[in-house]
Amino acid sequence: MYSVNYHRASSVADAARQLKNGDAKLLSGGMTLIPAMKTRLASPSDLVDVSRLKELQGVKVSGKTVTIGAATTHYDVSTDEKLKKVCPALAHMASLIGDPAVRHRGTIGGSIANNDPAADYPAALLALGATIVTNKREIAADKFFKGLFETALKEGEIVTAVSFTAPAKAAYQKFRNPASRYAIVGVFVTKGKDGARAAVTGAGEDGVFRSKEIEAALAKNFDAAALGGLKVPAKGLMSDIHASADYRANLIAVMAKRAVAAANA
Amino acid sequence: MGIEGVGARVARKEDKRFITGGGRYVDDMVVPGMKHAVFVRSPHAHAHIKKIDVKKAQAMPGVVGVLTGKELKADGIGNLICGWMIHSKDGTPMKMGAWSPLAVDKVRYVGDAVVIVVADTKGQARDAAEAVEITYKELKAVVDATKAIQSGAPQIHAEAENNLIFDWELGDGKATDAAIKSAAHVTRMKIVNNRLVPNAMEPRAALGHYDKAEDHYTCWTTSQNPHVARLVMSAFYNVAPENKLRVIAPDVGGGFGSKIYIYPEEIVCLWASKKTGVPVKWVADRTESFLSDAHGRDHVSTVEMAFDKDNRITGLKVDTIANLGAYMSLFSSCVPTYLYATLLSGQYNIPAIHANVRTVYTNTAPVDAYRGAGRPEATYVLERMMETAARELGVSPAELRRRNFITSFPHQTPVIMAYDAGDYNASLDAAMKAADYAGFTKRRADAAKQGKLRGIGMSCYIEACGLAPSSAVGSLGAGVGLWESAEVRVNAVGTIEVLTGSHSHGQGHETTFAQLVTQRFGVPIDSVSIVHGDTDKVQMGMGTYGSRSGAVGMSAIVKALDKVEAKAKKIAAHLLEADEGDIVIENGEVKVAGTDKSLPWFQVALASYTAHNLPAGMEPGLKETAFYDPSNFTFPAGCYICEVEIDPETGTTEIIQFVAADDFGNIINPMIVEGQVHGGIAQGVGQALLEGAHYDSSGQLLTASYMDYTMPRAGDLPSFKVSTSNTPCPGNPLGVKGCGEAGAIGSPPAVINAITDALGVVDIAMPASPATVWATIRATKH
Repeated sequence: MYSVNYHRASSVADAARQLKNGDAKLLSGGMTLIPAMKTRLASPSDLVDVSRLKELQGVKVSGKTVTIGAATTHYDVSTDEKLKKVCPALAHMASLIGDPAVRHRGTIGGSIANNDPAADYPAALLALGATIVTNKREIAADKFFKGLFETALKEGEIVTAVSFTAPAKAAYQKFRNPASRYAIVGVFVTKGKDGARAAVTGAGEDGVFRSKEIEAALAKNFDAAALGGLKVPAKGLMSDIHASADYRANLIAVMAKRAVAAANA
Repeated sequence: MGIEGVGARVARKEDKRFITGGGRYVDDMVVPGMKHAVFVRSPHAHAHIKKIDVKKAQAMPGVVGVLTGKELKADGIGNLICGWMIHSKDGTPMKMGAWSPLAVDKVRYVGDAVVIVVADTKGQARDAAEAVEITYKELKAVVDATKAIQSGAPQIHAEAENNLIFDWELGDGKATDAAIKSAAHVTRMKIVNNRLVPNAMEPRAALGHYDKAEDHYTCWTTSQNPHVARLVMSAFYNVAPENKLRVIAPDVGGGFGSKIYIYPEEIVCLWASKKTGVPVKWVADRTESFLSDAHGRDHVSTVEMAFDKDNRITGLKVDTIANLGAYMSLFSSCVPTYLYATLLSGQYNIPAIHANVRTVYTNTAPVDAYRGAGRPEATYVLERMMETAARELGVSPAELRRRNFITSFPHQTPVIMAYDAGDYNASLDAAMKAADYAGFTKRRADAAKQGKLRGIGMSCYIEACGLAPSSAVGSLGAGVGLWESAEVRVNAVGTIEVLTGSHSHGQGHETTFAQLVTQRFGVPIDSVSIVHGDTDKVQMGMGTYGSRSGAVGMSAIVKALDKVEAKAKKIAAHLLEADEGDIVIENGEVKVAGTDKSLPWFQVALASYTAHNLPAGMEPGLKETAFYDPSNFTFPAGCYICEVEIDPETGTTEIIQFVAADDFGNIINPMIVEGQVHGGIAQGVGQALLEGAHYDSSGQLLTASYMDYTMPRAGDLPSFKVSTSNTPCPGNPLGVKGCGEAGAIGSPPAVINAITDALGVVDIAMPASPATVWATIRATKH
């Protein structure tokens, strides 16, 4: 690791000010950034730590409306009793991230701002039709995730919360890379008042995406049987030593079926 | 057996320090004035070094030295060598290319060490390493051994035309060809044994300290054999004469073979310490380990197995291409030859065997012995062939094996080995019973109802362990003898130290070796200390590998104990005024048999040191040394059965059960033996299902971290069903055979036989990852 200046922000406003230092980066768990710095692949001049800001922490549920502070850890999301009542699928998804150490450090804001193409939260937020709240504006999930490690966030913009309306049904199924245990394919499906949504992580060349094929099939009938003959195109999917694009296409169909079955269970 | 003697499940004495963080590894060693080293490694698989500019690096903060291969050569440091001479079948010696500890003109794999940077802190050394400017002229690289021997392939070493190191054979080619020609059935397969990275928990490390006042070097290093390291560094690399070089291998966190060899880093750290005047420590990071530890396996074989009309094997012909990587590592040449082809008879009566082995340079990390070393490759060839043959012949895999088992001993195979003892039917019976083999058909049908594919596979392995009779290995080209040494020191108060040439890096020697002493003299195990791993403390020894520390290392201890016991009895007989032949040692007492006359053990020890009243002419003291050279290899064998269930939708393989029925000869500590079997199977299942080193065609290692290299985890493995049915080894005083490698040797074919059974295919590549299994299913459907 190269030497770096560490700042612990006292508020979101303070963090926004500190972010103007040199080549500063936000730290909100550091589950990706710190390893990248340790291997010298990332070398920010300053780190602005927002992970301890109380104003960014916690899960709020009001009726069907869920709001999760950006610095809420995966562990806190996975164990939140209010959330488990209205949207157990998201709590379950959070429980599948990394290992216990990662879940106690990593945060939802950090995960979506990083937008790793194999991260779990981007699929969930896309399928939930969530809104990403920043210190400047609100961004629909459909417009937030732009590509590999790319988001709609502008320079100096800080994610403060995500919010969504709990769907009637939802579930997440993940097929793990045998080595890294990140998703080779993760599919999050929801059935809400606007119909079915299905988002796929781990597979797309451009990162997380909604699957038109799955959503079309589920629009008529939100049932695993509706995905029986589903053919997911391999075009646009990643191919690497762990999984070919064809294999990922197959896994998308299989994980989607299993997710729908779980959502209906 | 007592509660601490031979055969007892004594808890490991060493574990207290290991599990409480009290172990002392190389990286824990601190010497006053010590500095930290980082190696600048080649980013290219194959390139000429045009220029090395260290000026900028030398001027960086904290930098003590930036040293190159040219300076190393100028100081007379020698090239690394392979210590086992193999001759090609045309009589020419193997074609060994030069391996400079720091590359001078050319780099030959990604990770080849080029420059060492020494600085006050590791961070500063890293910063300066980034400032070293090396100009390379890239060359075309080749990573696949089958391609490297084709004409027109990039030439890696001038010494080895077409990258062929040797073209060697063993056995009777004519008789084998004749057997194939006249066979009732011939099974043919191409069999690939995938490349693995050993992945010891502790990465390699070295701390070199040159003491100018004494003109003396000390090297702390992660070694399985510190004396061999000292010998080789002294005799071949010109680091220092043996009397001026102390090598210490303290606690070492796993080796699996990868820490047998003497690598460039320890040589360079010693030299750099003299050059810079400060002690120099280097500790590999994980990716450095992936890049530069000696890898294992990487064979491609074409195999033919001939049967007569009664399904008896009449001949076996094996043509193997073995990838040795960019340089010949210390024992690389013996692994695919004398540790491989000599085991191709397996547990079977095979009248004619012929093996041809070509070893090849490629632009990859050097390949050498990895847990099993040659024997897993031989077992994989043979047991995959037996499975395929059984299917082709329409007989059960167990029946085909039984029909061909060797049942009388000693048995001379056509490939050098003379098996001394074994009962292969007993292991097969035990394994089939434990696995409820008879109930498999129903379990398969039940799984099918759930949409799952069940398969069952077996593997009957044999290995040659207890390496090895020195005259035998000498006649086959070894540069060293493979005896072992022990010194038993009884202190004046009766406590005992055993100095062993074996080295423990996870095996539990501090416990098992002490059990021998406890058994012999009846002293508490806590009164026995095992001393190892330091050339200044311990007499010359050959170290630990090849499952040799039981059969050879403990046999040396037994010999030394015999001498101590004989002398103690003489002293006791003198003190008790009895006949020496009537003295027995039991429960910590030295007694005259059939009388109530006795002395506590410690009084005999004390008497030997006070020397007030010893038999006439006897030297004082109670301390004896022994060297033990085995008369034969030992032949552990067994049967492994694996049952898998495959999810055809995702290609995921779940191991439903894994049964191991082994014959290890007599057992000193069953708990430790079971642990060895568990660990070995985990590595074998790892090879079959999870692990694989992948280079891209330009020679970049794609699996250089745990993000891409799949290490087995607890959740990948079932709870193993292990048992032993033992035939004592007649070749050594304890009747032990060795258990360290069996699991890794026997398990890969059992797993792959089960998977191919489930899928109804002939073959599948290792590792049979979900993606590979799914692709195989899809290819079968099309």
